[in-house]
Amino acid sequence: MEILMSIVAGLLLASAVYLMLSKSLLRIIIGTGLLSHGAHLLILTMGGLKSGAAPLLGQHAKAYVDPLPQALILTAIVISFGVTAFFLVLAYRAYQELGTDNMDEMRGTKAND
Amino acid sequence: MSLLHVAIISPFLMAILVPFLYKGLRSIHTGWFVLALPILLFTYFLQWLPVTRKNEAIQESMNWIPSLGIKFTAYVDGLGILFALLITGIGALVVLYSVFYLSKERENLHNFYVYLLMFMGAMLGVVLSDNLITLYMFWELTSISSFLLIAYWYDRERSRYGALKSMLITVFGGLSMLGGFLLLSIMGETFSIRELVAQAGELNDHPLFLFAMVLVLLGAFTKSAQFPFYIWLPDAMEAPTPVSAYLHSATMVKAGIYLVARLSPIFAFSEYWFWLVGGIGIFTLFWGSFNAVKQTDLKGILAFSTVSQLGLIMSLLGAGAAALHYDSLKDNIYTAATIAAVFHLINHATFKGSLFMVVGIVDHETGTRDIRKLGGLLGLMPVTFTIAVIGAFSMAGLPPFNGFLSKEMFFTGMIQLLNVDIFNLQTWGMLFPVLAWVGSVFTFIYSMMIVFKTFTGKLQPEKLPRTPHEAPFGMLVSPMILAALVVLFGIFPNLLSYSLIQPAVAAVIPSLIGPGEQVPVHISHWHGFKPELFMTIGVVALGTAMYVTLNKWSKVYQLFPGKVTLNALYDTGLYSAERGSYTLTKSYMTGFIRTYLVYIFAFFIGILGFTMWNQQAFTFKTDQLAPIGVYEVVLVLVIAASLVTILSAKSRLTSIIALGAVGSAVSLFFVIFRAPDLALTQLVIETVSVALFLLCFYHLPQLSRHEERMSFRLGNLLVSAGVGIVVVLIAISAHSNKMFESISKYYVENTYDKAGGENMVNVILVDFRGFDTLFEVCVLGIAALGIYGMIKLRLEKKGGKSDENE
Repeated sequence: MEILMSIVAGLLLASAVYLMLSKSLLRIIIGTGLLSHGAHLLILTMGGLKSGAAPLLGQHAKAYVDPLPQALILTAIVISFGVTAFFLVLAYRAYQELGTDNMDEMRGTKAND
Repeated sequence: MSLLHVAIISPFLMAILVPFLYKGLRSIHTGWFVLALPILLFTYFLQWLPVTRKNEAIQESMNWIPSLGIKFTAYVDGLGILFALLITGIGALVVLYSVFYLSKERENLHNFYVYLLMFMGAMLGVVLSDNLITLYMFWELTSISSFLLIAYWYDRERSRYGALKSMLITVFGGLSMLGGFLLLSIMGETFSIRELVAQAGELNDHPLFLFAMVLVLLGAFTKSAQFPFYIWLPDAMEAPTPVSAYLHSATMVKAGIYLVARLSPIFAFSEYWFWLVGGIGIFTLFWGSFNAVKQTDLKGILAFSTVSQLGLIMSLLGAGAAALHYDSLKDNIYTAATIAAVFHLINHATFKGSLFMVVGIVDHETGTRDIRKLGGLLGLMPVTFTIAVIGAFSMAGLPPFNGFLSKEMFFTGMIQLLNVDIFNLQTWGMLFPVLAWVGSVFTFIYSMMIVFKTFTGKLQPEKLPRTPHEAPFGMLVSPMILAALVVLFGIFPNLLSYSLIQPAVAAVIPSLIGPGEQVPVHISHWHGFKPELFMTIGVVALGTAMYVTLNKWSKVYQLFPGKVTLNALYDTGLYSAERGSYTLTKSYMTGFIRTYLVYIFAFFIGILGFTMWNQQAFTFKTDQLAPIGVYEVVLVLVIAASLVTILSAKSRLTSIIALGAVGSAVSLFFVIFRAPDLALTQLVIETVSVALFLLCFYHLPQLSRHEERMSFRLGNLLVSAGVGIVVVLIAISAHSNKMFESISKYYVENTYDKAGGENMVNVILVDFRGFDTLFEVCVLGIAALGIYGMIKLRLEKKGGKSDENE
């Protein structure tokens, strides 16, 4: 399972990088979204999967899954959301002010394709 | 802090006062106030002469950075006192001269005197420091103040060019020298020159020895304008003439000489030292004198002449290194070279200083320094002429002036090199006297040019910007004093030999001097019919013949194409360095974020991939894996399908929705992997994010809202695939290499007992690791404030359409 999840995270990261190398600002932000998904899954996978019950003491289980990666991911989700929201509004303002979402045009050169 | 320290620092303190004196007392030329200081310092340094004469030294130490062993140690011995007297004595004369040379009304005198005093203090610091780091600090201060003085008339293009050139070259040398000093201090574990000298024998075998020597010599050669670094000196002639006289003939250019002399006791045992110092010195002598003849500007001639004379002193110091290979002073004929070096150092300061002042007077009174326009000034300026004759004849090495004596001693030193049986001198040794003799011939020619082309011949009043007349008396005082010294030292050389030369030589070759012993210095006029005398007669005869036929053979200078000079090399080098760095930077700094991301990712792949391969870090173990269920496979397929959709979608709306699908699949993964809090958060946040994406999409500008597929690029694909593969490999290896158990057992056991909660994740977030949460809250707050600010605060450009969306 961990091998499969590593590959999924790798796929997510590869797609994210490919999107981040594109010209459209919106695609770049979609790329960052995928990147954070990949990172979160990777953290969870590295902590070990399915080795016990959910980390709630009420379950009275013999073993629980590792709660620490979950706490870390929760923090990471919230932070990446804050940053993504900020980026999106930045992109929205850039559209308004510059009238373009093409990274090449933002630099001041004509889009060539 | 002793009186000696105060003396070294006093020019800096005076420099602070100068602007107030300038603004407060406009009616009096500021130079008069400044003049008092070097005179005072000169008399102060004179009082040490009786001490240094006995080969004793005065040392005063003051802590600067004691934890690093850096002290401001003032050390006065024969060599230091000689330079200190030159600096303050000629400094006083130059200040006096500048009072009459620089106009009170037209010039920014306060700048001039501040820079000059800074320079004087820095120079005193260089020659009186025992600590290498302190010496280096003062050394760079001389570079900086010299830069400021050369560019004194900063509205002139040539001044700025000359200042920049001298700065680049001398600072290059200064930094090399710092490197050499650090190596020295590593070898000897001290910054003190005296302590390094004491362990000179052991340093000689150290593997860093040669590097230290070459680096230190780079500093000395750039400062003292040796070949091939002399090129800054002719361009530094754009400075006011008092500056040229002071810095570029008498003091600063001798800082390199000082350094070589000061460190001789450490380095001179090596044969490389002999060849570098002696060889480059003698070649500089020849090259400088050869090039001086073709100059048409009087200051240009003097600049090349300075280069050549410094080469002479340098070659003598190199030749003096031979003396250290013998144990005692008895029958040690090679000390003669060192004596000659010190003697010529004094002589050069006197006659070159007076010659620069003469040239300044000619420039001041006629308006030009071009020897093609000058001539026939003899009748108009008799006093200036007399001084020029004394200075130039001394420079040419004619009796009865002091230059004659030092030139004879120079020839003696060079001829004696023929007898040396060390350093493989048998083969190349003949070059030394030959080059010395040829250089002296050219020296004779340009010395005659200075006198006769300027003062004899026909007066050409129509070519001169001003009507020439004799200079005011005040301007003549300083060169007159210097010329008087030239004659005085010429006739009574032994005035100097016991008071100044002997202790200075003793400081250069300390290992040879036994207790209570004195270097035998006796300069006599008449050696008998020795080879030196015939060499001098030959110089005069050939020099006269060549001077008379100058017009016939001066075409030889045109044989060299103008582009193959060291100046052209410097200019092209500088230009291509700038051009090259511009092209290089432009080639990779494209301004596209995409390019930079490719660099970053490529390095990511390269470094991590290389490390994985190099360490053979990839491991693959299957013993700890969880089983794969059906749900997971379905979710993986959903994510894969969404990714394909995002990458191939024509419409961005589709991409956004597919991103939402990925987010939901991830939250389902959280459900399967037993992370309820994560699943909740992820669902909510994914929803909000998708809403934000849609908002953004809605506001896309009309012009580019036409939908298009992402254009395919193979490079991007390779980079992204590389990142993915590297991450997967690292993840698998990391998972297969669990080093130790997780610390989560503690959380499981104590969540209820110590923190009173049952939800472990929440207890970790707010209790065990509550600080993370605090700052995560801050991040959200900052993001919210930032978004609010971006939308509300609009500092519009003028005439913009600010209320488009409000």
